[in-house]
Order: sequence, then structure tokens, then C-alpha cells
Amino acid sequence: MSDTHAQAAQLAFVRTETIPPAPPPVAEAGIVKWLRENLFSSVGNTLLTLVSLWAIWWVLSATMPWIFNGVWNADSLRECREILDGATGACWAVIRERWTQLLFGVTYPADSYWRPTLAFVLLFVALAPVLFPKAPRNLLPFTAIYPFLAYFLVWGGSVWVPVMAAAGFVVGYLVFQRLVAQSFAMGFFGAIAAALVFWSLSGLVTPTLTAIAPVTLEAVPSRDMGGFMLNLILGTVCVSLSLPIGIALALGRQSDMPIIKWICVIFIEFIRGVPLITLLFVANVVLAYFLPPNSTFDLILRVIIMITMFASAYIAEVVRGGLAALPKGQYEAAAALGLDYPQAMRLIILPQALKISIPGIVNVAVGLFKDTTLVSVIAMFDLVGMIRGPILASTEWNGVYWELFGFAAALFFVVCYGISQYSQWLERQLQTERR
Amino acid sequence: MASVTDPEPPRESFRLSMLLNDTRYRGYTFQFIALLLLILFMAYLGWNLVRNLVDQGQDISFEFMGQPASYDINQRLIPYDSQDTHLRAAFVGVLNTLLVAFLGCVTATVLGVLAGVLRLSKNWLVAKLMAFYVEIFRNVPVLIWILIIFFVMTAALPAPSAFRGDDPDSSMLFGAFAFTNRGVYVPRPIWEAGSAIVVAVFLASLVAVFAYRRYATKLLYDTGRLLPMGWPSLAILIVPTLLAFFALGQPISLEYPELRGFNFQDGIQVRGSLIALWFALAIYTGAFIAENVRAGIMSVSHGQTEAAAALGLRPRRIMSLVILPQALRVVIPPVISQYLNLTKNSSLAIAVGYMDVTGTLGGITLNQTGRAIESVMLLMLFYLVISLTISAVMNLYNNAVKLKER
Repeated sequence: MSDTHAQAAQLAFVRTETIPPAPPPVAEAGIVKWLRENLFSSVGNTLLTLVSLWAIWWVLSATMPWIFNGVWNADSLRECREILDGATGACWAVIRERWTQLLFGVTYPADSYWRPTLAFVLLFVALAPVLFPKAPRNLLPFTAIYPFLAYFLVWGGSVWVPVMAAAGFVVGYLVFQRLVAQSFAMGFFGAIAAALVFWSLSGLVTPTLTAIAPVTLEAVPSRDMGGFMLNLILGTVCVSLSLPIGIALALGRQSDMPIIKWICVIFIEFIRGVPLITLLFVANVVLAYFLPPNSTFDLILRVIIMITMFASAYIAEVVRGGLAALPKGQYEAAAALGLDYPQAMRLIILPQALKISIPGIVNVAVGLFKDTTLVSVIAMFDLVGMIRGPILASTEWNGVYWELFGFAAALFFVVCYGISQYSQWLERQLQTERR
Repeated sequence: MASVTDPEPPRESFRLSMLLNDTRYRGYTFQFIALLLLILFMAYLGWNLVRNLVDQGQDISFEFMGQPASYDINQRLIPYDSQDTHLRAAFVGVLNTLLVAFLGCVTATVLGVLAGVLRLSKNWLVAKLMAFYVEIFRNVPVLIWILIIFFVMTAALPAPSAFRGDDPDSSMLFGAFAFTNRGVYVPRPIWEAGSAIVVAVFLASLVAVFAYRRYATKLLYDTGRLLPMGWPSLAILIVPTLLAFFALGQPISLEYPELRGFNFQDGIQVRGSLIALWFALAIYTGAFIAENVRAGIMSVSHGQTEAAAALGLRPRRIMSLVILPQALRVVIPPVISQYLNLTKNSSLAIAVGYMDVTGTLGGITLNQTGRAIESVMLLMLFYLVISLTISAVMNLYNNAVKLKER
């Protein structure tokens, strides 16, 4: 045995030391491998890649000079064209000159622009604890105050109106706390009644309070709201109002009580069956017939009512999906623990069902925010309405389509893409939590 | 021995408080209250309506639908002039809505399926490009897309006069299509005597194609014999129609648009508003359909592909026999509701002046007659009927393809 070993040691071709690892072939490593696998793996793929490259080049070569050769300082489209002198280039000057109109509309008082801006910034502070589980919890009270603060900032007027509105909610909550021990229904309806009584009484006190402590901002009527601000107002208000209504409708649709069930079914199916534009027509020309004569309900409020109804029907369907996706065992377990219907819903069913329906709800919210542009059809001056109406009709800027619509599209894209990315992030968060 | 009998359960007499505290009766109480509130609310609205109508000296009547509309509709499928009634104007609008919805659905499906499949492509660049398309179009309001395309159609395209002269600035595509700022002019087919036979032959061959494919499938399942599907279908579809067409002396010809005077004459004028609406709805909805298609294909587990391959199926057969039937079950319901959304979104036609039912009945008729309640009610009814029809079809389909479990 050892003999053969010795022989082996003698043989010239036996290597005694290991060779260093060779680098992989050029075609099988790094960027070349990636290119081969992802872009040029077959003839068809190569063709597809070339076509795509051509398409990208075609789009970029058409748009890039136009974007970067743009004119920022001019007073009219004519001046833009003079400056460009035949070269391709955008006339961004329109955005520069009409910037405030695009954001706030024509009639919002210019010295109050800081108010909606502040409300917009504070919106993120208020939303942070709701949207991000890691945000500090002690921001939650601010979230509760925010709707009233935002109303005061955007609409102005006496500070006592939103304060009293908030106080009504506090009163309702206190009544609820006292009565809920007896039964949920008692607490719920008692709270609503108490809040209503408080609000009707506070209407008498508010003028006196305003006279004593006149904390006021310049009041801005709703018809002066416009531009992107109007889209944001409609979007946030309608989504937040439609969430509770939608949940209630979904529960109603799942209910055992036939009358309540059928009221909800008919409402949901009717709203989902007609386009939003017909509902806006209702808000614009029909709703006035169904309100008491000589009542002054301004257009923005009527539009908010109709869009909220629209959104809540869609949210109801999403939540219903969430409710249906829960295993039956959850309902039975809740019943086995001796929980009654409101307790089971609040403690067991809804938290899980809502978690499942978050992506759907976010989709509805994004869709609704995009649909707020439809109000331009009924002569409200939101971002699209501003562009189509006052700006494109003006003698200076008649004909600046691409720049304005590109700007509007970019604004909406940033907001909607941001929200949908957030929803995907949240979905991932919730998934890991469940495992 | 004393027999043990169940003690008679204590019989509780009905008390009024049980209506609220006893779960057996509470449901009735709530339903009664809800119904009462609803009736009160409706009565309140109705009372307001009556008072408002009396105040303004109006009434609810649909007589205006029979009166002359006295406005023109520039894009129509059926004959109409301004002396026709509002009812006919509304009907022209309905047809226009259905036209743009049909065109939009077909185009959106093609775009959506293409983008959805390509987004799953192994080609990195193509996949990213399609993701870009989907995100860009999904996240911007469809109204903005409609307006952008509309302004391109009306502001960026040349006027008809640019086509004039020996060396015109613009020329017609293939000598048949003219893209102008007044719309696109396309050739009009002229139906002469005998054309009905050609059309009938074409329809018959359509039926024949389906019959052949059915027969081939049945043969495959019964005997395992595989007949070719692709080229015989194509041949059955085309050859008899072509034969009939030439045998009858070419009864169908095309009338090309021609520049005469200030405008194009002959041919069919497709307004820029229709094209803007059609394309915008198609690319917008296409982006959503692409996501549905992608989700559907991804929902078929990889094990299915591998199992089919293990059975010895070829890649194309795996696709058509294993993946697609399973994916389609997931894809079709959301796609149908996208069709529904597209149809409802087509009401945005009013923003670009395309005379769909919202533009005629809900637009000019409403403004001319002041019959807001009646017009909006009819408008809603129309859309409601369409929606309910489509969801009925969807339910039928869902029941047909539902997994038959146990």
C-alpha cells in the first residue's frame, strides 16, 4: 500500500498543491451574464429588447429637449415663443405665473395662503400615528383635534364654531362611556342624542362667546376654494367620512335583519351602478329640490355629501369582502365567549376584517381622490377646472396644453403613487405580523 | 315510584321592555325603527320636493321627451336631425355610449392582456417598461388623460387645409386616413347589391370555425387524435368569404375621404372627441386589466406547470390546456368589472363634448328643458340597467366556472 503511495509521489503529473480558484468565464459573470440572461436570452427576447430601447429613445428624444429647454420667465405664450425662437421647448412660465391659482384657485384670499398650507403640513402630523405603527403614540390626541383645526384654518371664521363642534363629540363620548355598560345600543344612540342636544344649544352660545373672546380668522366661503386644494379637501373629507359609513353599510348588508339588509343592499347596488358624474349632477341640479325651500346648502357641501355616499358604497363592498374572508370559526368563537353582537364586532370581527380589507380600502381612496377631478364638469374650479377654465381661457396662456396637463398629471401621480406604495408597505408589515 | 317529569319551563309573559332587552325581539324593534326613520326621511324629502315644485310652478312629467330637441348631434350612428324628439336624441346618445364603451373595452382588453403578459416577461427591460406604463396610467385621473388626448387631437393635428395643394404640409396615411384637427377621416364601405350574401357567408363561416374547433376538441378527448387548429380555422374564416366576394363581383367597395372645399368630404368622420375618449379610456382601463391579468397568471401555482410538463405536454399545450383555463377563472370577473367601470367612465364624454347619453340627456336636454329631476332619473336608470345586466352576466359566469368542490 505504502508502496503505491510512494510511487504516486514520484509521478510528475500529480499536483501536490491546490490551484487558486479561476475567475468564472466572462460570459457567466457580472453584468455580461445579467445582460445575457435578462435582455438577450433568445432571438425573440433580443428583438423585444431592441424594440423597447427604440421606444424609450423615441419618447426621451421627443420629451427631454422639450422639458429642459423650457422657458421659465415669460408673461405670455407669445413671449415664450419669442424667447424660444422656433426651438422646441416647454413654456413652464405658465406654471410659475399661475402657481398659486393652480394650488388655491382664483378667489382664495392671497394673504391667507399660509392657512391651507399649514393645514396640509399638519395633515401629515395628524396622519402619522394612524398610518405608521412606529410613530409616537402621543400624537393621537392631535389626530383627534386635527379635523376641527383644519376646518378653522381653511374656512376661517370664529374659532368657537369648531371648538363647540369638538366639544359636542366629547360630550357624546362621555355619555357613551356612562351608558355603554348597560348596552351598546343605549350608549351609541344616547351619545348621538346628547351630541345633537349640545350642538343645538351651543348655537345659542357661540355668538356671545365670539363677542367675548373674538379669536377669528378671515372667513372664506366654500365657493372660494379651488385648485389642487379643492381636490385634497374633497379627497380627505370624503374618504374619512365614508369609512365609518361604509363599515356600517357592510355590517348592515351582512345582518340577519331582512329590512336593514335590504336597505343596505339597495343603497350599495344603486350607488355602485351609476357613474359618479350622475351623482354630481344630482348634487348640482337635483338635490336642491329635495331640501327645504330657501335653504342655503352650498355646492361644495352637496358635492361632499354625494361623493361620500359614492365612496361609502365602494368601501362597504371592500369591507364586506373582508368580513366574508374571515373564517366562520371567528364568529363562533366570539359567540362561545358570550360576547354580544356589538362586542363581538368591535373586539373580534372588525379588527381582523378591516386588516384584510386595508389594500382594498386604499384602492378605493386612491380611486376617489382621482375622481375628485370630476367636479370640474359641474363648474367647480378644482385643479383640472382651473386649467380648463380661467387659465386656458386667458389671452396670455391660450394654447399651453402640455405643460399644464403635464403638471396636473404629475401632481396626481405623486400623491396616488405615494399612497399605493404605502399600501403595499403596510400589506407587507401586516403579513409579517401574522406569521 | 314517582315518575320524574320535566318541570314545566317558566312561561314568561311578554313585557314591553323585552322589545329592547330580549335578543329574540330586539331585531324586530331595530328593523321597525329603521323602517320608520327611512319612511320619515323619504316623506321629508318628498314633502320638500312637492313644496319646491309648487313654489316654482313646475311638475314632474316626461312629456318633454316627445318634443323636438332642436339641437344637433355631430357624431351619430342613426339618422337624426334637430327636428327629432328629445327621446330620439337620448337614444342617439345611448348608442354613442355603447359605441365608445364597446371600442374601449376591446382596445383595453388587447392592451391589458399584452401589458399584463409582458410584465411577467423574463426580459427585464420589457417588464420594467410595462410596469412603468401600468403605474403611470393607473395613478393619474382618467379625466386628465381624456383632456390631454383631446387637446392633442384638436390642437396638435393639422387643419384640413394643410392637406391642400401639390406639395401639402400633411398627407393622408395610405391615401385613406386623414388625421385632422376636425377628427379622423376613414374610408366608408359602400354596400351594393349582393353585399348581404357576402356578410351572410362571413357569419356562416364564423359559426363554422366554432363548430370545427368543437369537433376537434371532442375528437381529441374521445380518441386522442390531434387535429391542427390554427390554420384550418383561419382558412374557414377567410376563404369562403373571399370566394363569395369575388364571385359576386366585389359588391363591397370603399369610399375614400377626399378634400373638397374647406373640408374633407365622403368617408366617415370620426370626431376627435370620440377618439380622445376611446383611447384615454382604453389605455387607462388597460392598465388596470394588465394588473388583473398578471395577478391571474401568478395565481396558478408553479406546480401546475411542472405537473403538466411531467405528463409530457409541450409548453404551448401547457399554456392553453393547463395555465390559461385556471388563470381565466381568476382574471375574468375583475376584468368584467373593469368593463363596467369603463362604461361608467365613458360618461366623462361630457368634458370633451362627445354626445353620449350624458351629453344629450344629461347635458343639452336637461339645460334646454330645465327638467333636471326627470333627465337625471332617466340617466341613472340607463346606467343602472347596464350595470345590473353586466353583473348578472358576471354572476352567471362565476357560477359556471366555480370550482366544483364536493
